[in-house]
Amino acid sequence: MTYLLLIILTPFIGFLINALFGKKLPKTVSGIIGSGAIFVSFLLSSIYFLGFLKGTQAPIDVDVYKWIALPDFTITFGLLLDQLSVTWLMVVTGIGFLIHVYSMSYMHDDEKFNVFFAYLNLFIFFMLLLVLGNNYLVTFIGWEGVGLCSYLLIGFWFKNQSYNDAAKKAFVMNRIGDLGFLLGMFLLLYNFKSLHFGTLQTAIAAAPVQHGLMIAITLLLFVGAMGKSAQLPLYTWLPDAMAGPTPVSALIHAATMVTAGIYMIARSNFLYALAPETLQFVAIIGVATALFAATIGLMQNDIKKVLAYSTVSQLGLMFMALGLGAYNSAVFHVVTHAFFKACLFLGSGSVIHALHGEQDIRNMGGLRKYMPITFWTFLISSLAISGIFPFSGFFSKDEILAAAFEHNKVLWVIASIASLMTAFYMFRLVFLTFTGEFRGTAEQKHHLHESPALITFPLVVLALLAAVGGVMGMPEVFGVDHYLKNFLSPIFAGSTHIGEHGAHHLDHATEWALMGGAFLGAVLSIGYAYMKYVSGKALPAKEGEEKGLGKVVYNKYYVDEIYNLLVVKPIMLFSQVFHDLIDRTLVDGLVNRSGKVSLMVGAQVRKLQSGYIGFYLLAMVVSIIAMFSYVFLMR
Amino acid sequence: MLLNIFNSVPIQHYIFLSAVLFSIGVLGVLFRRNAIIMFMSIELMLNAVNLLLVAFSTYHNDASGQVFVFFVMAVAAAEVAVGLAILVTIFRNVHSVDIDELKSLRH
Repeated sequence: MTYLLLIILTPFIGFLINALFGKKLPKTVSGIIGSGAIFVSFLLSSIYFLGFLKGTQAPIDVDVYKWIALPDFTITFGLLLDQLSVTWLMVVTGIGFLIHVYSMSYMHDDEKFNVFFAYLNLFIFFMLLLVLGNNYLVTFIGWEGVGLCSYLLIGFWFKNQSYNDAAKKAFVMNRIGDLGFLLGMFLLLYNFKSLHFGTLQTAIAAAPVQHGLMIAITLLLFVGAMGKSAQLPLYTWLPDAMAGPTPVSALIHAATMVTAGIYMIARSNFLYALAPETLQFVAIIGVATALFAATIGLMQNDIKKVLAYSTVSQLGLMFMALGLGAYNSAVFHVVTHAFFKACLFLGSGSVIHALHGEQDIRNMGGLRKYMPITFWTFLISSLAISGIFPFSGFFSKDEILAAAFEHNKVLWVIASIASLMTAFYMFRLVFLTFTGEFRGTAEQKHHLHESPALITFPLVVLALLAAVGGVMGMPEVFGVDHYLKNFLSPIFAGSTHIGEHGAHHLDHATEWALMGGAFLGAVLSIGYAYMKYVSGKALPAKEGEEKGLGKVVYNKYYVDEIYNLLVVKPIMLFSQVFHDLIDRTLVDGLVNRSGKVSLMVGAQVRKLQSGYIGFYLLAMVVSIIAMFSYVFLMR
Repeated sequence: MLLNIFNSVPIQHYIFLSAVLFSIGVLGVLFRRNAIIMFMSIELMLNAVNLLLVAFSTYHNDASGQVFVFFVMAVAAAEVAVGLAILVTIFRNVHSVDIDELKSLRH
């Protein structure tokens, strides 16, 4: 338990040091403290992880202290370490550490260097709290905390108003989701008098529960996940969140925080097992998001926006897997996605760094010569996300697609189309960025350079992981164990039967065919991208020159505008009315009136204090006489 | 013997005398502008009360009224000492003891 607390507390100590004394510390020291804190967490997590792998470590469920003790229920501040949380622990601390190292170089010229590291450490602290909480409330603290850090880091360069707006948008959208989470928790607490995962699980298994209640709870929790993990219709904050520094996009908005929704649903699998209708809904939302975001990704020209929409799309695939009851596959994809998407974001950061802030791929090109390491790592990760054998994404995505094929052919078709699009837009990005001639200014060309070792080291590590990460989840037809599935089997033991229900298991021939088909499709997509952007030397249209459907997609289906019209504008109008009518007229009127009245009374009463002592004495005598006459005569 | 003389004057006379003295004091305080005269008027009021106290003390054969008078005198003496000191300072500053001149605390 001490070590478990240490895992959580070291990032927090790092945060305290950097926040309180950061200004006095040299940048290098500040960076080393920040990264070192995460590294300590990573080492401790690894010890637990190895223990779980060997089977010597039993799950830990400890209460640190009693937090809320009421006659009806008690809520403790407790931690839970099992196979599921240790998986997330490894991803968060491992990738978190690499990104801290990367930031030491990437943010080196920023004057708020120490603040940046303080925020990053705080984020890791809250993320670990989210993952390690043994009840919904502790998880919720982490959930809100990462939201706060996300807000702070998106708006890190707050002198730019549009970045501030992006931060606000992320925060508000997350709040909408959080409300769902909160209501779900209230329902759980009200009906089962507990928020503890284990207690709830036994309580629900012990007695039959109302079906409608389970659907309501799971739906509300899913609303929370929608906000945090950027699913339709609450996804629009994530692409805007790219306003933050690139390491933030990699850490928070690709690898860790946005997968919190998936963690929460995987953790609540015992609830979802009793609400198949909700699972259906989750799958539909997931696949719709996957396709929707993928189509937008096809037309974006900002290197980070493409990656952002790709993240939304991949998260959609993960939710589809959750909805199909394929929890293992969802977790598997979370892990591999963390590898390659973090690598892609960091790679894009490296490119942006070399081009001094240029993010538009129309002004890039030919960077392969200048930045070989960035290019190769970016290429490997792109192959991984596109689902090319034998890179990690192939296995995880294939597993999800196979699960979809088992259950629902329509979902499978849509998800396949989405992943074909993924392959296309990822290689559109690769070709436009790294091949051909450089299209930027001569000034930029002069300064082109490979990034320093602190930046390339995390890239290489992540690219390696992205390349071989699939080993942990090879399909059965390859004749090896599915390590991750076995590893996680205790967690999902009670819930996977839902996934099996109604599905006939695929025979090996079908599986081979599916894999081959997916692989071939990805290769064809890449080939098409090659023909179009390398052989054909096509360039995306200039600003304002898109036509027809392309224009609609380029403008993200005008979703932001629609939300603006349907939600933001009416709220603003309401506020205006309330401001003018209630606030200005009623409240301000009352306050101002009462002020005026006392001023007037004061002006009159002040005249009594004339300064003539004779008058005072007269007043005194008259008053005394009056008092006496009252006492003696009026009785 | 002496007591008899006092007793031979009815109590009403003392009350009238004391009321007259007190009223003179009050009017003096109200209508004179000279601070010293106001002081004297205040003393007059105090002594009117003293007279009344002594008279009733004799009337009721109770000595505590007379003890009380001593206290009043002592306090009055102290008050006069402080008051006159203040008056002297005021005179040094404004070269007058007219209380209507003392208006600087107004508003």
